[in-house]
Amino acid sequence: MNAATMHTDKIEANDLSVFFRQAQVLKRVALKVPEKKVMAVIGPSGCGKSTFLRALNRMHDLVPGARVEGRILLDGENINDPRVDAVALRRRVGMVFQRPNPFPSMSIFDNVAAGLKLNRVKGNHAEVVERCLRQAALWDEVKDRLGHSPLSLSGGQQQRLCIARALAVEPEVLLMDEPASALDPIATARIEELIHELKARYTIVIVTHNMQQAARVSDQTAFFYMGELIEVGATEQIFTNPREKRTEDYVTGKFG
Amino acid sequence: MRARADTPQPAAARPRVNRGDRAWGLILSALGGAVLIIAGGIILSLVRVARPVFAEVGLEDFLTGQDWDPLSDVFGALPFIYGTVVTSVLAILIALPVALGMTLFLAEMGPKWLRQPVAFAVETLASIPSVVYGLWALFVLVPWLRQTVQPFLGDHLGFLPLFSGPPLGLGYLAAALVLAVMILPTIASVTGEVLKTAPVAVKEGALALGATRWEAIRMAVLPHSRPGIFGATLLGLGRALGETMAVTMVIGNSPTISASLFAPGYTLPSVIANEFAEAAGDRHTGALAALALVLFGITLLLNSVARLIMQRGQRKLQGRAA
Ligand SMILES: Nc1ncnc2c1ncn2[C@@H]1O[C@H](COP(=O)(O)OP(=O)(O)O)[C@@H](O)[C@H]1O
Ligand SMILES: [Mg+2]
Repeated sequence: MNAATMHTDKIEANDLSVFFRQAQVLKRVALKVPEKKVMAVIGPSGCGKSTFLRALNRMHDLVPGARVEGRILLDGENINDPRVDAVALRRRVGMVFQRPNPFPSMSIFDNVAAGLKLNRVKGNHAEVVERCLRQAALWDEVKDRLGHSPLSLSGGQQQRLCIARALAVEPEVLLMDEPASALDPIATARIEELIHELKARYTIVIVTHNMQQAARVSDQTAFFYMGELIEVGATEQIFTNPREKRTEDYVTGKFG
Repeated sequence: MRARADTPQPAAARPRVNRGDRAWGLILSALGGAVLIIAGGIILSLVRVARPVFAEVGLEDFLTGQDWDPLSDVFGALPFIYGTVVTSVLAILIALPVALGMTLFLAEMGPKWLRQPVAFAVETLASIPSVVYGLWALFVLVPWLRQTVQPFLGDHLGFLPLFSGPPLGLGYLAAALVLAVMILPTIASVTGEVLKTAPVAVKEGALALGATRWEAIRMAVLPHSRPGIFGATLLGLGRALGETMAVTMVIGNSPTISASLFAPGYTLPSVIANEFAEAAGDRHTGALAALALVLFGITLLLNSVARLIMQRGQRKLQGRAA
């Protein structure tokens, strides 16, 4: 699989629509995410950002009444093809959620190792756990209490733990749904730093309602409004010189 | 005081509300107190009736005595304790996996349209009077056990003491099975409620790591639901321990202790129900009251444990939310 040489776009959504029962929440979205770049998804609340993100790892499969139409190519292969195994797909496309959701019944160590166990990875889990916790900039804070409950950590630490947990399965893509919205400014800054480091190895799609954050962390920005992709482009262009009036109104704070 | 005299209207209205509150509070306290007094009164009167027997036989001998012969004033409670515990525990061992499998399937995997009818069926099962269960067991379950199940088990597993002896139909196994059916709705409905409260976010976290549905249930739903499922189990166990009618109809009513599940036995509620009306005298009545106290003690113990575990689970939940 030397897809990287063939596709500079890691993900390519074509004509992507999502319905919840009768309601169409995502309307024929077409969007390309370049490999090893950070794509920010912005837009007012309820415009379909999370819905878009969750389509990329087929989380909608498990939501009763949800229906996805259109194609999403990951390395050129349509993940919405019924022959694609969603479980295998989710190991390639990791996800970090809005609220930290560590496994409360497991230790900090086991949280990070959970994905390894799921994948039946043999060998030294301790090494992988340490590496992922270091990557998530959490190692120094937890190395002396790996056996403790994740609930003993602060919110920001829990979120970094969830990032480490997602990294342990070595995904190619990392989806982040407002990963810092429940965190204080210092924890937020740490997550943003982390995103900068991670993009050397992962393709990242991050949803945020925080425009400064989008400007700080992303290479490209996509603006969604009422289920439609209004505009996508280089982050700098979107924030300084948007083509669309609605984009301009949103990024300048006229609504949202 | 003066304000009340000067402006009678509002001042009179306000104390009336307070008085109403106070009266209401008093009534509630009285009702609450009455419950305690009634419970205490029942225990006290049982103790009074049972005391001569305890005094004569001694608590320990009463609890460990294996013979029950009221006509010769021999009172040993062990066969009944044994029968009660064996049938109830066996009923749980049968009902819990079935209830858990059923509710997990419905909550996590099964088609949505199936939930409503199954919930209705479960409720219906819970509302059938126990004498009806007893009749069903007597006319359907017992013959089936005698003619099919017990001969089969005896042929293949008869070397185990558990499945030895003649296939009578009536006995521990029949009682445990009918109990299992009776407590299934209790366990299933409580378990169903508990599973509903499992946090979706944690389950999605597991799925996003590439967990299958079942793995996500194991990683996220079951750990969260464990205290609640345990509570549901104890609730079902409490019901099984106290069940009288259906068990009396199928257990065989023989005050003996047997290793074989095919053998007839007896339980605490059954012997009390059977013998109280025709007790052979004060001593016999006293011994039956003593059995009632033993049963009460067992259920009390169980309830306390259930409460403790539920509380611990709740505290864990709250800690998680914070
Ligand atoms: N599971 C669901 N069932 C029905 N409607 C949903 C569901 N999830 C999201 N929606 C609806 O889809 C729209 C977009 O939601 P979402 O993608 O979460 O918005 P955003 O993340 O941009 O705030 C909203 O109107 C929301 O109410
Ligand atoms: Mg959202």
